[in-house]
Amino acid sequence: MRGIRERRVSSAITIAAVALACSLLMLVWAFKKEAEQSFAGASGGFDAVLGPRGSKLQIVLNALYHLDESPGLMRWSDYEQATKFPAVEAAYPLAVGDNYRGYRLVGSIPEYLQNHEYAEGRSFELESGGSLFASGSMHAVVGAFAARRLGLGVGDTFHPYHGLVYNEGAKHEEIYTVTGVLKATGTPVDKVVWIPISGIQTMSGHNPKAATDVSAVLIKLKRGASMAGFQLDMMYNKQGDRLTLAWPANRTILQFFDKISWFDKILQAVAALVAIIAGGAILAILYNAMNERKRDIAVLRALGARKRTVFMISLLEAVGMTFAGVILGFVVYAGLGMGIGEIVQRETGVALSPFTGNAAMLWAPLGMLGIGLLSGVLPAIKAYRTDVSRNLR
Amino acid sequence: MALLSLKNLSKRYLSDRGEWTEIVRISSFELDAGEQVLLQGESGSGKSTLLNVIAGIVAADEGAVTLDGTDMRALAESARDAHRARSLGYVFQNFNLLDAYSCIENVELGMAFGGKTDVALARKLLERVGLGERLNYRPDQLSQGQKQRVAIARALANRPKLVLADEPTGNLDPSNAAVALDLIQSLCRENGTALLLVSHDPSLKDRFERTIDLSELNEASSLLPGSEGLS
Repeated sequence: MRGIRERRVSSAITIAAVALACSLLMLVWAFKKEAEQSFAGASGGFDAVLGPRGSKLQIVLNALYHLDESPGLMRWSDYEQATKFPAVEAAYPLAVGDNYRGYRLVGSIPEYLQNHEYAEGRSFELESGGSLFASGSMHAVVGAFAARRLGLGVGDTFHPYHGLVYNEGAKHEEIYTVTGVLKATGTPVDKVVWIPISGIQTMSGHNPKAATDVSAVLIKLKRGASMAGFQLDMMYNKQGDRLTLAWPANRTILQFFDKISWFDKILQAVAALVAIIAGGAILAILYNAMNERKRDIAVLRALGARKRTVFMISLLEAVGMTFAGVILGFVVYAGLGMGIGEIVQRETGVALSPFTGNAAMLWAPLGMLGIGLLSGVLPAIKAYRTDVSRNLR
Repeated sequence: MALLSLKNLSKRYLSDRGEWTEIVRISSFELDAGEQVLLQGESGSGKSTLLNVIAGIVAADEGAVTLDGTDMRALAESARDAHRARSLGYVFQNFNLLDAYSCIENVELGMAFGGKTDVALARKLLERVGLGERLNYRPDQLSQGQKQRVAIARALANRPKLVLADEPTGNLDPSNAAVALDLIQSLCRENGTALLLVSHDPSLKDRFERTIDLSELNEASSLLPGSEGLS
């Protein structure tokens, strides 16, 4: 380890390269997997989303992840019809089109927040002192993340703004009062301001003709009704031409990840390249250092160090440097992971944790240590072959 | 029985021109335990090669090198290393301290490959050579004379049977050279360690019980060009 200390600058650069490679490898593999699982798991306990004719991905992103725009509007009767299918356990209409300071206002029925389980056995809960809105009221329930960001609490009032993007000049006249704040769910629900669906439908300035329209319907099928999804898919997507059913809802988002998998491959290639460069840096720094250290090695040998001892010292130096890089890599990974997680939650509401166990968090550091070990072999051989008598001057 | 015995020793090197050149040829040489011998020789007389052969750093091509009852030529390289770590101390003209290590760590290195590291002994040796206040100094914080004193302490750290000193005063001014020589000789005496010191300085002759002219001992030296590279 003295050698590492002696060559502070080059060692620090090499350790940083190893840390970067290790953190990139973990981010690309582990964090990406976590993102996929979190996004697929953030389908909010729904099996399907019914929307106007259009892209399934757009419908899912709009209705479940509260991203993107709705491809259009559908009739209230479409929602009512969906509730009547025997295999449908519950269906909830959504209407979108307004925001409050960039956080989306979504209209729905109170039963959604009251009865629905967004994950197995987990219902929405309000922070103490809060209550849900009643249909037709001017009340709002704010998702945990949005409440924190907007600084909203029970009793606060606000004016909605028109559109999905915040525009100071597009303020609606209506005033809504916050009656409740939801506890964090780690799903996109957290970044939404929920109001009664009639609020969106009849907001001042909205087209009166659309006063009964909805943007999408979230559908939960009864347990064991796996064929029902297929039947609804046939009915809406194959036989019908007015509406689109995104079923299964989470597969749509996974298909989206598949579509952008080429980007993963680029990231993977970059990470692998950085790992190789880090290995090359270890090799170069130690190999060059061997030229400066021939005398030291010769002295150690003169003091009785065996050839395999100096070989191991050199090899351990490479492993030590890699190990330091790997430890730093975990710190960088945690920092980047939390930073990215914060951005993802702000943009999507999906909570990502960089600390969820993943095989990549084992093989990436071990792989880097392997690269470090391999990179140390050549300098170690050079140390092993040092001519003692020639270098003892 | 002699501590060190050389019999019909020969060491050759392949020159850059592809010719084998004999650098060391010694018919017979013996050094008793605790004895202090001065080998006098000029550059090119094969003195460094001879010391490296005795230390087992390079293997002799012919003949026998017996140190403390062990035939060095019969040992494999790793066994020679181990034998050197246990039985020999080495003092160099250029001190050869490791710059990344403190004084006390340099002395500890002298014992590290021979078995147990004794920090108390390392401290005691440095105190003995007058560097008790500079245990944690690094070599670049020491004068030339102080560096050589650390090197002397290191050479004695493994309680060797024999100390080899290769021009130990070559880089020192006269007063530091005298201090260094006093220390090497007195420490060897105190520890019952034999000393084989190589120097070209004729003024050292009076300090030793026995002085040998290397050019007479090494029958190959008369054939060698006076090159530093073969020293």
